[in-house]
Amino acid sequence: MANFIDRRLNGKNKSMVNRQRFLRRYKSQIKKSLSDAINKRGVTDVSSGENIIIPKKDLSEPFFHQGDGGNRNRVLPGNDQFTTGDHLPRPKGQQGQGGGEGEASDSGEGDDDFVFSISKEEYLNLLFEDLELPNLEKKQLDKLIEYKTVRTGYCADGVPSNIDIVKSLQGSIARRIAMTACKRRELKKLKERLTQLEQDNVDNISEIKDLNKQIKALEIKIAKVPFIDTFDLRFRNYAKQAVPTSKAVMFCLMDVSGSMDQATKDIAKRFYILLYLFLTRTYKAIDVVYIRHHTQAKEVDEQEFFYSQETGGTIASSALELMAKIIDERYHTSDWNIYGAQASDGDNWADDSPRCGELLNNKILPQSRYFSYIEITQRAHQTLWHQYTKVAESNAHFAMRHIKSVDDIYPVFRDLFKKNTSQAA
Amino acid sequence: MTQEKRNRPLDDCADWTFNLLEQYQAEIERVAKHYRLDTYTNQIEVITTEQMMDAYASVGMPIGYNHWTFGKKFIQTEQTYKRGRMGLAYEIVINSNPCISYLMEENTMPMQALVMAHACYGHNSFFKNNYLFKTWTDADSIIDYLLFAKKYIADCEHKYGIDEVEATLDACHALMNHGVDRYKRPQKLSLDEELKRQKDREEYMQSQVNTLWRTLPKSPDKTNDKSITFPAEPQENILYFIEKNAPLLKSWQREIVRIVRKISQYFYPQKQTQVMNEGWACFWHYTILNHLYDEGLVTNKFMLEFLHNHTNVVAQPEYNSPYYSGINPYALGFNMFMDIRRICENPTDEDREWFPEIAGSNWLDTLHFAMESFKDESFISQYLSPKLIRDFKLFHINDNEDKNYLEVAAIHNEQGYQKIRTMLSSQYNLSNLEVNIQVINADINGDRSLTLRYIPQNNVPLGDSKNEVLKHLHHLWQFDVKLVQADDQGKDMVIAACPSFKEQND
Repeated sequence: MANFIDRRLNGKNKSMVNRQRFLRRYKSQIKKSLSDAINKRGVTDVSSGENIIIPKKDLSEPFFHQGDGGNRNRVLPGNDQFTTGDHLPRPKGQQGQGGGEGEASDSGEGDDDFVFSISKEEYLNLLFEDLELPNLEKKQLDKLIEYKTVRTGYCADGVPSNIDIVKSLQGSIARRIAMTACKRRELKKLKERLTQLEQDNVDNISEIKDLNKQIKALEIKIAKVPFIDTFDLRFRNYAKQAVPTSKAVMFCLMDVSGSMDQATKDIAKRFYILLYLFLTRTYKAIDVVYIRHHTQAKEVDEQEFFYSQETGGTIASSALELMAKIIDERYHTSDWNIYGAQASDGDNWADDSPRCGELLNNKILPQSRYFSYIEITQRAHQTLWHQYTKVAESNAHFAMRHIKSVDDIYPVFRDLFKKNTSQAA
Repeated sequence: MTQEKRNRPLDDCADWTFNLLEQYQAEIERVAKHYRLDTYTNQIEVITTEQMMDAYASVGMPIGYNHWTFGKKFIQTEQTYKRGRMGLAYEIVINSNPCISYLMEENTMPMQALVMAHACYGHNSFFKNNYLFKTWTDADSIIDYLLFAKKYIADCEHKYGIDEVEATLDACHALMNHGVDRYKRPQKLSLDEELKRQKDREEYMQSQVNTLWRTLPKSPDKTNDKSITFPAEPQENILYFIEKNAPLLKSWQREIVRIVRKISQYFYPQKQTQVMNEGWACFWHYTILNHLYDEGLVTNKFMLEFLHNHTNVVAQPEYNSPYYSGINPYALGFNMFMDIRRICENPTDEDREWFPEIAGSNWLDTLHFAMESFKDESFISQYLSPKLIRDFKLFHINDNEDKNYLEVAAIHNEQGYQKIRTMLSSQYNLSNLEVNIQVINADINGDRSLTLRYIPQNNVPLGDSKNEVLKHLHHLWQFDVKLVQADDQGKDMVIAACPSFKEQND
């Protein structure tokens, strides 16, 4: 009276639809949580998903229920000290020890946040949803091309070292069969005639002689068909195939002079994270080089890049120079796709700004896939911005944007890449 | 336990195989028959952890329509499970015919045996024989109905968009507890199922016509008197009222309201028989497996693992324990059934005084009768014995808002037994747990506003969510909705309205 069914094999992810519905419904909250979380991440930490925190009250599904107060009765187990008529103080915080079954959960909803994790994929999708990344990927990230030699079948000529013996001999056999087929057929016919005549009682000497002569001639002809001919030769063919390099290097340039406060740096950090994540969708290996500068530039690690404070003036060209130098030394343009992202509050020593424009125009931009500049400031633009505006006019792969607050990051990022899409298309 | 071990015990290794499952199942079935457990055919499905969490999320519906709330529940379950805060239930059982039970792949063989005895024979026989389930649910058609619901809702999403359907479902879910006829029993479901479905259609068409009437100015509907209220009597089944009378609902929305209402009704008996249902199942897994042990069919090793789990399940933490979260229905139910058996087999003088009908009677007959004829509330008020009150050390606390202290109104002593029993019983009375809200008027000849009344129990006010819920109700009714409560003088005061007064629009 019982049937056993093994359901383990069917329907994994049966609740996936419901999960997607859930993510869809709480997209705005999730995005908010994501942008909080992004601050806590390292730039290159993309291997994991993310914990999403949503305030529980946003999630609750309302239903009519009893409130606090009134005259309630409860039965509890485990009496250890009470006797009838005892008065006890009401536990603080109303819910106290909870009541019987239904009551406790009705009114006693905790105010814990609802925390759950999303997978890496979901994380990236949410992060880049506005960016319509799939299109971008195809259209605008024109990567460096590398050539790789691959086998592509056989061809009729080539150097002796590439001769493919098996293919060549196969060709030889085929040719010989083709060239001798009708002669062999003839030969067979003659031989049959010969045996017929030989068995015949009548003397056919002249005819036999004649036949033998013909057979001999045919055999010679057959033998003359060469065993191998240049026509038979087959060579292994190689072709060069274009392979986009999967290596990229991302330069993060940031002004760390006294005028950059931590909030500004955090905005910049998000921008770098976005760019990095964006690149990871296209490239297998990404190097990140952090260059920070005040009056001098220095290559540093991530921690120092974002969290150590410096003071002093600002000479932005120092960072660009260092970047150019590092490219020359370590990241040869034929192997590496070079991306640059510079963040600054716009402060620069006025005399230095033309030099920056020059460096970009002459050294960096020709070598880079893409260079973006974001200016995080509430104030009016200064010389650097004006210089860069000129650069942007003449270079399609240079983009610059002005960011005022954290909220601008997504739109700006989106904007940067959208612009490129239209130009590439 | 000292019976001669005449049988060769079944294999008790931890890993189960389908072969072994079948052997155990056959033995359990034999014993269950011996105790006259009448069940639906069992369909036992082995599932993975993930599938179990999925079953959790869909609140025990084997086929659920898609909705974000199930996604949320799944994520919640997964989170707590992964952090080790919660073990998953060893089984889930569906009130359907055949009765579907899910066994988790991770369970050991003794656990699978426990689960089979518990779910496939305990719960299953409860579903089939308890009067509430018999009158309220239709085990034969539930799977078909859920399938229909899933497909229907998916079609609606396709036609009208996910957002529209989601909003309607959200609104229905908010009122789900008010989608059951509490006092009017549904027609005999299994009796004329086909006919009923047809009739539903008719009703449905009729409601369309009614709606049409109502939208005509100066409707001739119920013409006799202008001042007559509609509905003539207060309606507690809000969803039903909406389905039949909401003026602007589209037909597919009505059908969705109906689906949610039906599902709510399907779960209605489960809410009211938690203690009995779990107690009954625990009683039987305990009794059946001990019976197998006495026959020498299971080993000591098996029994130790079984008892370990069983004890965990039926443990009752005390009120001041950090693990306390209300009275454990497994513990209360199991102990009550064990106690009834004890009263039948070894009654004390006290039992004879309290339970003259059952003391010394045939325990199996008595137990079956108890299972068939009660729900939690009546079961407790009928069978909770003084001994059990003492064992649980139950005490009764009165929490009156007007006083600045709590009062211990009764404890487990001679004077307290009756009171504790009454109070515990009322604690399981659904009408004390769920709020009493009724539709009292729909202004069919005027502005079509809908009025509901909250009738408080013991002066307990309505919780904060009322405004939110009214928004959902407004979504369905689409005209003004207000909720009133009688004040001390018996005059109705508006306690919530949607749209709220300041944002009234036409």
